[in-house]
Amino acid sequence: MMIAPVLIALLGIPIAAAALLALIPGHRAGALGNIAASGATLVAALVLAAGERDAGTLFFVDDLNAWLVVLTAFVGFTTSLYSAGYIGHEARHRPLEPWQLRFYHAMFQGFMAAMLLALTANNIGLMWVAVEGATLTTALMVSLYRTKAGIEAAWKYFILCGVGIALALFGTILIYLAAQTAQFHGLAAMAWTELQLRAPNFDAAILNIAFVFVLVGYGTKVGLVPLHAWLPDAHAEGPTPISAVLSGQLLNVALYAVLRFKMLLAANDQAMAPGPLMVAMGLLSLLVAGATLYRRRDVRRLFSYSSVEHMGLMTLAFGLGGPIANFAGLLHMAMHALTKSAIFFAVGSMAQSRGSQEISALAGATISHPALGWGFVAAVLAIAGLPPFGIFAAEFMLVTSAIERAPWVGAAIVAGLLLAFGGLIRHLQTVAFAPVPDGAQAIRVAPPLSLYTHLALVLAAGIWLPPPVVAWLRQIAGLLG
Amino acid sequence: MTDLSYDIAHLLAGSTLLLSFALLYQRRLTAVIKVFAVQGLVLAAAAAWQAHVQAAPHLYLTAAIAFGLKTLAIPVALNRIVRRLGIHRTVETALGIAPTMLAGVALVALTIMLVLPIAQGSALLTRETIAIALAVVLLGLLMMITRRNAVTQVIGFMSLENGLILAAVGVQGMPLVVEMSVAFSVLVAFLIFGVFFFQIRERFDSLDLQYLEDARDRGP
Repeated sequence: MMIAPVLIALLGIPIAAAALLALIPGHRAGALGNIAASGATLVAALVLAAGERDAGTLFFVDDLNAWLVVLTAFVGFTTSLYSAGYIGHEARHRPLEPWQLRFYHAMFQGFMAAMLLALTANNIGLMWVAVEGATLTTALMVSLYRTKAGIEAAWKYFILCGVGIALALFGTILIYLAAQTAQFHGLAAMAWTELQLRAPNFDAAILNIAFVFVLVGYGTKVGLVPLHAWLPDAHAEGPTPISAVLSGQLLNVALYAVLRFKMLLAANDQAMAPGPLMVAMGLLSLLVAGATLYRRRDVRRLFSYSSVEHMGLMTLAFGLGGPIANFAGLLHMAMHALTKSAIFFAVGSMAQSRGSQEISALAGATISHPALGWGFVAAVLAIAGLPPFGIFAAEFMLVTSAIERAPWVGAAIVAGLLLAFGGLIRHLQTVAFAPVPDGAQAIRVAPPLSLYTHLALVLAAGIWLPPPVVAWLRQIAGLLG
Repeated sequence: MTDLSYDIAHLLAGSTLLLSFALLYQRRLTAVIKVFAVQGLVLAAAAAWQAHVQAAPHLYLTAAIAFGLKTLAIPVALNRIVRRLGIHRTVETALGIAPTMLAGVALVALTIMLVLPIAQGSALLTRETIAIALAVVLLGLLMMITRRNAVTQVIGFMSLENGLILAAVGVQGMPLVVEMSVAFSVLVAFLIFGVFFFQIRERFDSLDLQYLEDARDRGP
């Protein structure tokens, strides 16, 4: 197997870095180590994606997971860059113990390892273990500050996602049972590549039940309404870089898991069509989250509800299926990950500059911190779906595809998009154009470089997608069926 | 598989389900912990029996983990938490005992109606074990929903996990069962650690459906 050395690097670097960073004293050295490890992981991810597609007993690389590995490693790297400045500021302004910062950096790398393992695992059980590990590491990071609200958020996250992944495990066991009905046993009967080949012979009734469990289970982690209760709390507490990786990586990986199981069902003629279920949950997420945006006071909660909305849109796109909607969903995954993490970078720095994450306290950010404030405005316009940013392209494709095939769904999507747009613009006005509140703190913060990198990529993708990327996404869209 | 080994496997799985019901009607917290310890013991026996019947030695490890953690370590830790934190000794319920039991019976009936017809292709033993295991999972979920205190919630979660392990050992020749049970144990260990370390006595109201939206973030 030719990919083995790259794969060892891809998974080995974050694991080794997690162990090492747990030992390194001093948060500056820790932050630098974090950047170095994330950068090396990104290089490994790029080499992996450029290399050949291959499958082994426990790991595999195909177009779909290579796309997400690159995206995950990239967001991991830019977040580690942002995190260095952010954590430096926190260390000066909050009573944080040195071990907490060491722990934070170790958990960051542990989380990266879990995400990449979940993506590259060629085994439904191993992927489950990886997603569970990711739950554990992020819950520990959410409770890092030991505030009452932080612990409450972590507890809620633990319990709700614990139940979610428990149900996902039941679905996973049922898939193995379905494989047994086709006289298919052992480790191979848990491998994605083998399951995909043999799925046409599986017992359709077991597959159906298994998919419902998997959709509810991993759907909890995707943050689909009504299983999203953990998501705003987990995003609003803990260090802001964690909100960026939750929205930029974890939600995508959970959706990836759902997609893999959907592909198994699609391969079986007798099994139910998974699409309508996903469309229904996606639409519900879009509308509920869109309506919820209006009453938010906390800026991180606001954008976590926006994540629910966008994950709903992606689930909807993949539920509709077909080359155009799948393409839109894949592009949306990347654009949302980049834009939403950019927003959290901006939000984190703005909250540090005012010492509060209430939306009203951030008023007039474009006046007091022009570079940061306008970067935030651009990122919010991008997430709201305005051209020429990449999310507009993805949403446009989704809407045209939906109107062509299911006009009512298309109309509902447009209504949901407008609803969410209004909610975001309402709060954007406060931050961008309201006067700076009297007596507001104005702590100097450096505008984060990662914010502009992400914005430039999202803008470029909205204007022109390079042909190799288009070909790559078309290839995956074909795989998804 | 002989008739006797088949019957014993059923007996153990059925006892696990029965103990899930027993968890639901306890009124004292210490009694809940005791019943949970017994359920861990029965689960360990069920896993060990499957290891014997399927000639799958790795399942003995699953049985050992279940016994060591769920029968010994966790009950001791939970008893200590209840004593140290001075948690109410009576179980606080969100839904009365009788309605909870009725809901539990309904869930079991639902499970049997759902699972038994679908798995026609698989072995009879597997099919029935899966049905019982799903019932244990759902009863664990029911316990988490209807009990207010953090300790009973964690016990509900672990009882739910018992159902998953029962399902995993019941499916013949499933790989990675040990790895999954270890992964779950780590999660559970952190949950219990969290209860103890942060002194989480009551369950957070925000887990109630009516408080789904956090009060702190409610707009004017």
